[in-house]
Amino acid sequence: MFLAKSVRLAFVFRGEMKSMAKEIVRFQDVTFKYDENASYALNGVNFSVYEGEWLAIVGHNGSGKSTIAKLMNGLIFPDSGSIYVNGKEISEETVWDVRDLVGMVFQNPDNQFVGTTVQDDVAFGLENHGIPREEMVKRVHDSLAKVKMDQFLNQEPHHLSGGQKQRVAIASVLALRPAIIILDEATSMLDPRGRSEVLGTVRELKNLNNLTIISITHDLEEAVKADRLIVMNRGTVYAEGTPADIFLMDEKLVELGLDIPFTQKLIKKFKENGYHIPDEILHEDKLVDYLCKLLQKI
Amino acid sequence: MMEKMIFGRYIPVDSPLHKMDPRAKLLTIIIFIAVVFLADNTLTYGLLAIFTLAAIWLSNIPIKFLFNGLKFLFWIILFTFFLHIFFTKEGDLLYKFGFIEIYQGGLRQGIFISLRFFFLLLVTSLLTLTTTPIEITDGIESLLKPLKKVGFPVHELSLMISIALRFIPTLMDETDKIMKAQMARGVDFSEGTIKQRAKAVVPLLIPLFINAFKRAEELATAMEARGYRGGEGRTKYRLLKWGMIDNIAILTLFILTILLLLLR
Repeated sequence: MFLAKSVRLAFVFRGEMKSMAKEIVRFQDVTFKYDENASYALNGVNFSVYEGEWLAIVGHNGSGKSTIAKLMNGLIFPDSGSIYVNGKEISEETVWDVRDLVGMVFQNPDNQFVGTTVQDDVAFGLENHGIPREEMVKRVHDSLAKVKMDQFLNQEPHHLSGGQKQRVAIASVLALRPAIIILDEATSMLDPRGRSEVLGTVRELKNLNNLTIISITHDLEEAVKADRLIVMNRGTVYAEGTPADIFLMDEKLVELGLDIPFTQKLIKKFKENGYHIPDEILHEDKLVDYLCKLLQKI
Repeated sequence: MMEKMIFGRYIPVDSPLHKMDPRAKLLTIIIFIAVVFLADNTLTYGLLAIFTLAAIWLSNIPIKFLFNGLKFLFWIILFTFFLHIFFTKEGDLLYKFGFIEIYQGGLRQGIFISLRFFFLLLVTSLLTLTTTPIEITDGIESLLKPLKKVGFPVHELSLMISIALRFIPTLMDETDKIMKAQMARGVDFSEGTIKQRAKAVVPLLIPLFINAFKRAEELATAMEARGYRGGEGRTKYRLLKWGMIDNIAILTLFILTILLLLLR
């Protein structure tokens, strides 16, 4: 793995954005082990998250990406190093303030549904924060409307699809008005329709409320649409950069146990056959547009 | 079979009983269970019958549905009836056939005890038919609140019940899935001796339990992430509203109790 450090890409983040955006999360030399005798889940991890960006953290199973999510919300504490959220270091004392700022959507739609009905579930977090009832009713309705689940107020969880349950989970997080939302593999148990439903909702909400989104995923397809990507490997940050930068790594990503999206494979084939495709084209729809234009020229 | 069981099932129709506060319903039922035992003559049993029928009428639940659902319990009632007829030897001898002797007191006793049993069943099943499980949980929590002072974990208990209720369908689905998966691997759940069948349940229960524990752990993490830190300082979203109808219900029970005491 000594090769890893050498191919590690320089952090190329758009200069103008950097001066504008405020750092909202910082990991500083974070080390974590789940068990005394186990190997490091995270080993000397450093990175920052900026306000209003969509950051994707990708990596194979056991690369430490989910550990990052749990650390960011104070569900576990680092063995050494520090984590700052909005300037505050996470510790036993500050953990509840941090949780107010950081909302989390987990992988399994069923295992994060606490209430017996949709509205009860959204209210659960608000009840925990001791919010007065009139305010609760307002927030429950507002946040369910935002994820387009306000038709299902009294629906029970077993009558909802996975995508709908995840949207309720997003609404429950949203009702608490966080600054950051972490999606911890939130779409991995959904069918393609549910997945695009959930991601579309998150994107809309992000733009509307200037949220910071950290999506933790092993699906590069999902990561393509992020502003910035962090590739994790064996508990360390392997690479960091824009999706365009990361996809230049190509075969290395496959070696890391990640699956290159179909669009990227296609672009590569085109390039191999001597067609020029600009680097900023990453998405399927943009590629289709570009190819159509190319076809017209011929 | 599950469709026919009406115990613990909620029927979502609109009725005065559905609108009642679950606390009032629980109190009414507790008092009713106590006063049923006061009745000891035709008049008092008549009063109980009127009360029960009125409650059924107010619940808007079709009588036919109610009786169909309780059908399997009739056997138990019938059994108690015959038990009393054959073994109570009081009053005049009414009928004698070989060793079977039926006395007037036995007949009376049999009818009364069965009726008592019958009323209790009807009224308690009305509770679950007109109240959602979560409302019952809220009602219990609210009624038990005074016990908080002596350290009884009222909030925890009600949260436990509500989570259990919420996960029943989820775990049922899972059982079904595991059962099919094991059947695909050749486990036979429907044939063989009782011992064999009991053994076949083991590969069903083990994955179910493992998954349930995994779910519990994930749920706990999710709850913590949403700021759950015990009952302290929590507000409530679901509201219990005590209305006129609840006052009337309690008053009716009060009058019923006095009448029963006077007429017995």
